[in-house]
Amino acid sequence: MRYLSALAATLFALLIWQGIVTLTGLPKFILPGPAVVAETWWQNRWLIAEHAWITAVEVVIGLAVGTVLGVITALQLANSRAARVLVQPMLVFTQALPVFALAPLLTLWLGYGLWSKVAMAVLIIYFPITSSFFDGLMRTPAGFLDLARTMQASKRSVLWYIRIPAALPSLASGMRLAAVYAPIGAVIGEWVGSSQGLGYLMLLANGRAKTDLMFAAMLTLGVFSILLHMIVRRATARMAGDGR
Amino acid sequence: MTRAPGLTISGSAKIDDATLFAPLTLNLDAGAWTCLLGGSGVGKTTVLRLIAGLETGAKFLGQITASDGLPVSDRVAYMAQDDLLLPWATVAQNVSLGARLRGEKPDLDRRDRLIKRMRLQDHMTKKPSELSGGQRQRVALARTLMEDRPIVLLDEPFSALDARTRADMQDLAAEALVGRTVLLVTHDPGEAARLGQSIVVMTEHGLTPCDPPHAPAPRSVDDLETLETQGALLRLLREDAA
Repeated sequence: MRYLSALAATLFALLIWQGIVTLTGLPKFILPGPAVVAETWWQNRWLIAEHAWITAVEVVIGLAVGTVLGVITALQLANSRAARVLVQPMLVFTQALPVFALAPLLTLWLGYGLWSKVAMAVLIIYFPITSSFFDGLMRTPAGFLDLARTMQASKRSVLWYIRIPAALPSLASGMRLAAVYAPIGAVIGEWVGSSQGLGYLMLLANGRAKTDLMFAAMLTLGVFSILLHMIVRRATARMAGDGR
Repeated sequence: MTRAPGLTISGSAKIDDATLFAPLTLNLDAGAWTCLLGGSGVGKTTVLRLIAGLETGAKFLGQITASDGLPVSDRVAYMAQDDLLLPWATVAQNVSLGARLRGEKPDLDRRDRLIKRMRLQDHMTKKPSELSGGQRQRVALARTLMEDRPIVLLDEPFSALDARTRADMQDLAAEALVGRTVLLVTHDPGEAARLGQSIVVMTEHGLTPCDPPHAPAPRSVDDLETLETQGALLRLLREDAA
């Protein structure tokens, strides 16, 4: 049923797309129809796959590094008042800066290759991971903490046995958000400076008026992002307590 | 378990500048059940939380002393209306939570005996969400017994249960906690009449000690004197509210 409704929604979208192309009679280099894009995709499948692989590597590394950093930061913040006073405003400030504006700087610092894109993905997901996990850690049900206190629990074991498990659903929702954001970060990085990746391919195709290839690359990115989200969703199902 | 001491709590409590309760003295007899009966908002839970050494939001002026002169708050076990079972842990893990939190090795034989005593042996590896309300409260009781503390503080632990389950739990708890110094905070006159070896009614005007029925606790639900006591307690609560 879920697959059927997804299929129906896809067909519906394709229908509207084709309808606009037919009704307006826009030329191929402005708005190619779905059939043209599909054909271009198939002809360029190896080219697209090669670039998609690069982007995928950037995103997955970014996701892993960003999650680890976010989890460590949230734990430090939850554990120490000093960390909260010193670091929390900085964290909000970095989020207030448009990450897009940092992209040229990161390319300058980290070069044209993989790491500037990984850094972009990390930057964009670091805050949602940190803040969702931190919120979870700070919202432990008061009754659990009372009980732990009457049991003479140490701060450390309360964190390990109660606060962290109680915060895992929040972390899971942060990770699910991150799975959607991370590809955006990587692609922005590629736009600003790179010679590889789906973002680069989209710019290249656009510059040469190959709008059909641009669409093919973009849709590939979209499908990749959805798949990533589904994988992360499944991987975090136990953490989120979906079956609980 | 070490010998259960008696407790005396005397003093007053304020929240900001408003008086929560005026100076009062409450004695808990060693090794006996004291029921503290009162409506909501009179500070009876605050009294219990003060003994447990928990945050109350109130400023307490006074002292809490044990008859043996030793510190109190590290000798209490605590059970609340919410069973406070960790939803991600199994029944067995929940029962042995205290040892794990203190970094000790839990006594697994003892844990299994207590689980069996609470008739939960078929549910050892289940998560709390798979249990009924009564079963969950039995797990909480097993966890309380596992702590093996001489002083047990019960904060309306049975009030969310249906009538039959509540009566069953009262019997079970009365039997399981024999010999310990128990403070049961409750708003149910029937519960106080069934379980109290001493009964104290708490109102805005302070504490009023009441005579418990003569039969040994837990008293039968249809014991005449218990029902009379229940009625008298309820009358006392209502008069005072008027």
